[in-house]
Amino acid sequence: MTLAIRDIAVAFGGFKALDGISLEMPEQGLVGIIGPNGAGKSTLFSVISGFIAADAGSVALDGRALDRLGPAARARRGLVRTFQVPREFAHLTVRDNLMAAAPGQSGEHLLGLFLRPGRVRAEESRLRDAAQETIDFLRLGPVADQQAGRLSGGQKKLVELGRALMAKPRMILLDEPFAGVNAVLVEEIAARITELNARGIGFLIIEHDLQALSRLVPRMAVMDRGRLLADGTPAAVLADARVREAYLGGVAA
Amino acid sequence: MTAYLLAIGIMAAIYVLLTLGLTLQYGLTGLVNFGHVGFFAIGAYASALLSLQGVPLPLTFLAAALAAAIAAWPIGLVALRLREDYFAVVTLGFGETVRLAITSEGWLTNGVQGIPGIPRLFSAMPVGLPEALATFAVIALACTVAALMLRRIAASPFGRVIGAIRDNEDALKALGKDPARFKLQVMMLGSALAGIAGAFYGHYITYLSPDQFIPLVTFYAWMAMIMGGVGRVSGAVVGAALLMAFLEGTRFLRDFIPGVSEVEMASVRLGAVGLALVLFTLFRPQGLMGDYRK
Repeated sequence: MTLAIRDIAVAFGGFKALDGISLEMPEQGLVGIIGPNGAGKSTLFSVISGFIAADAGSVALDGRALDRLGPAARARRGLVRTFQVPREFAHLTVRDNLMAAAPGQSGEHLLGLFLRPGRVRAEESRLRDAAQETIDFLRLGPVADQQAGRLSGGQKKLVELGRALMAKPRMILLDEPFAGVNAVLVEEIAARITELNARGIGFLIIEHDLQALSRLVPRMAVMDRGRLLADGTPAAVLADARVREAYLGGVAA
Repeated sequence: MTAYLLAIGIMAAIYVLLTLGLTLQYGLTGLVNFGHVGFFAIGAYASALLSLQGVPLPLTFLAAALAAAIAAWPIGLVALRLREDYFAVVTLGFGETVRLAITSEGWLTNGVQGIPGIPRLFSAMPVGLPEALATFAVIALACTVAALMLRRIAASPFGRVIGAIRDNEDALKALGKDPARFKLQVMMLGSALAGIAGAFYGHYITYLSPDQFIPLVTFYAWMAMIMGGVGRVSGAVVGAALLMAFLEGTRFLRDFIPGVSEVEMASVRLGAVGLALVLFTLFRPQGLMGDYRK
């Protein structure tokens, strides 16, 4: 699945959140996005996923324009996002959060629910297994049956990631997946992302943890003030003088 | 005394049905419907008018459910576009509109004069204890079926999705699911329950007029839900029973409060119910049965 972002511009009042940004994601891409706070990274995710309409520019998936589609329709085409501030289903258990994300459940139709209870039960049992796998992988076992609203910030991040995985995506937009997650688990999640990427899922990842990110992605895009500042290998990008100026505030790193 | 208790039981059961509709809409899905009484009225008039034309009762009940559900369809469409607080105002307006329509469309509803002589549920039986008992049994059965159906929905994949809608609609959209269809179905199903409750009400009271369908009915159902426990099917049952106990119990307050006229007493009763609600939200905000947050 390829993603092409062309000349996207978004203004909030007089503030240009995105100022003509373009970015190409190749098939099976694994790309990091970094940039200072307010650079427009999350806004870009909202435009790609259909939550914010761009003032100008276009987003295309596999060469087909997405601009007229709402967020749900884009997600059904395989483009699934997570949120910077976790939006867990607070009163649902972690398990139900994950199960709710799975597509194509006949038990989500009232008729199917009452007329084909056997089929719904069989689906639920399969779904439960799939959710358990995700729970085990994300080490959410001890809190699997707790309400998601009661988890720590890092655990909520994991629930977000788990839901995105359950939605059978072809490309995932991860907004700061490592924020608040302990270092050991960060490495494991990074390993899993690499593995999923090898199986064909594309990843576009916003992350402030530069070390973890540069180990994970072969390519990094740097944003500043709504524009693309640099795009290349982590080593090249982080060595770029303009990037150091914008992102690190001129501090020698 | 038995007859009196049975009468309270029947009214309580009617409120159980009404409250179950709200439990589905608000408790499970988060839709703030302040116009529930409108669907109650539509069901009551639909069934009453059809039965007076000689349509057999099971069919008039079906018609009551359908009429209320169809009336909810445009309201459900509105719900998809509005923020929660605006939706509450729209539904409140809808409830009042229904009442005004009933008042002014005299050719159909006989306006403020109302419709007398609506057939009772068991019109072949003489009015009395066995008849009241049979009526109560039928309504209680309807409540049981509705409660079981809601339980099944709440524990199903459909219930998971509407819970997700209540908690965070955007996150659900990001996972590829449209909240629209679910909200629409919830609006229609909850209203169908209100419609059936209305049909039972009409055939029990045997007389309908617009002043029976004031917004207070909606808020009684809300009180029942809050006292019982938001989002709990058992909460609707317990809450409605408690509401009736309060409404009827405060009737006897007059014996202990000297110098209060019959008319003033109505206000005192309302005040007592309001006080109970305030105390509930202060000391047991999760309701008697506990709500989904626990």
